[in-house]
Amino acid sequence: MSRIKIKQLSISYGNHQVLKNVSLDIPDRQIIAVIGPSGCGKTTLLKSMNRLLDLNEDVAVKGEIFIDGENIYRPDIDVTALRKRVGFLPQHPYPLPMSIFDNVAFGPKIHGLDISSTPAVSGAQEETGKKEGMRRFVEHYLSLAGLWDEVKDRLHSPAAKLSIGQQQRLALARVLSIEPEIILADEPTSALDPISAKLVETQFKILKQDYTIIFVTHILRQAKRLADYIIFLYMGDLVEHATAGQFFSEPRDEKTRAYITGEIS
Amino acid sequence: MKKRKLEENIFKGLMIVSLLLVFAALAGIILVVAVKGLSSLNLSMIIETPKGGYYLGKEGGIANAIVGSLYLMAGATISAFIISLPAALALQKEYLSRRFADFTRLILDILWGTPSIVYGAFGFVIMVFLGMRASLLGGIVVLTLLIIPIMIRAMDEAIRLVPFELKEMAYALGTTRAETTLAVVLKQSLPGIFTAVILAFGRGIGDAASILFTAGYTDEIPTSLLDPVASLPLAVFFQIGTPVPEVQARAYAAALILLFIVMLINIIARLLGWRFAKNIVR
Repeated sequence: MSRIKIKQLSISYGNHQVLKNVSLDIPDRQIIAVIGPSGCGKTTLLKSMNRLLDLNEDVAVKGEIFIDGENIYRPDIDVTALRKRVGFLPQHPYPLPMSIFDNVAFGPKIHGLDISSTPAVSGAQEETGKKEGMRRFVEHYLSLAGLWDEVKDRLHSPAAKLSIGQQQRLALARVLSIEPEIILADEPTSALDPISAKLVETQFKILKQDYTIIFVTHILRQAKRLADYIIFLYMGDLVEHATAGQFFSEPRDEKTRAYITGEIS
Repeated sequence: MKKRKLEENIFKGLMIVSLLLVFAALAGIILVVAVKGLSSLNLSMIIETPKGGYYLGKEGGIANAIVGSLYLMAGATISAFIISLPAALALQKEYLSRRFADFTRLILDILWGTPSIVYGAFGFVIMVFLGMRASLLGGIVVLTLLIIPIMIRAMDEAIRLVPFELKEMAYALGTTRAETTLAVVLKQSLPGIFTAVILAFGRGIGDAASILFTAGYTDEIPTSLLDPVASLPLAVFFQIGTPVPEVQARAYAAALILLFIVMLINIIARLLGWRFAKNIVR
């Protein structure tokens, strides 16, 4: 059963068409890589799935995207609730202008999330009070993002002082804190050093048991390392999508073969 | 090769000369005002209002103008801030179309460039129409109008520096426009917003023309919003125009006090600005 179904999706900025009539079903609880050369519509496809595209001017979306049977482009959809369900990890991990602690606590606060019912806190709040509940909650998600040990002694210092690798894992903790079901990631390691990149990749592999992770990359080797399923876009067209095993060993399309072997890039 | 080196040196020279001119101008102003004004600057100048014969060189001070200027600017800065902040935030692309926002910026720039005497004349006409006389209230209203364009545009520039990706980050968490604005945009641009307030304050406190007809001048410290009020720029203006040398010296003392207030506010603002900047994302 696939929760995300894309039907005849075409997206253009002004006169420039970026995605052309894309239809596909995205499998659940796996890591899905969207690959393809620069400017082929990868990020656009990603941002269409939580309607972050709405922030762009002059963008026109045709077609439908269903998440759990609901068309997210229906006019009466609650976009903030959609974005809570479909989290987003950007290419450049800007921390919010507040402390490390508040970066993680911010999302649950604005959504009025009852943290006492979350697995991170699970009933502990009654014994220890609200403040301790939130502390455990923040600890849980910082740990899940692999950052807790590095920041546990300076939770209330500004997040802007973290290194960029730490900022990206903080961004991951922030995404996880709103308890999404799907995580979109736009080249999440491209701004990071190799060690930080590896840390983020490791977290992804742990997280895929509970989340559907869709990430954009232009690094073929990274897609090979991480992904269970591959979506290959070329110049706005969906060329091929298949399980990683099939995609890399028996590509069906000539363009896919050329891309994998490095004839085109 | 030689030509490129020459070009480099010419540019360097131009930059040095320009900067030296800026420093020289400030130093010159302070020097002239201090040399001419320091001799008549004393405690009674600051804490006393003009006594009989003050304008002929007898005793008294300009406490009326100091307090008057502070009253005027406290009122104008607070009311301008209350109006400017929402207006500046509205210029973001989430709220106004780019075309309308740019049109608003054009209007504000025209208002910014409008001479303050025009504001004064405008305020005067309105006050005559309403049957009001020159008063603290009239002065505050006109000064507020005078500094609003400066405040909005300076705030707008600070708000526009907030990276789009930072806002996108917040929206991706499912924030509304108001939440993004309050929790992210406002925090990130706080030092710039603070600077905008100070910039507007500095412009307002030094302006004489706009309050000449609207605030009036008096030797008393006002006790009501409807009383006329003295101000430092007008204290300089009136005293420098008298034939009595002692009174002219007092004009420079008043200018010195005005300069001191502006410098003090700027320094305090810088110090506070550093504190506000602690969470800023670069």
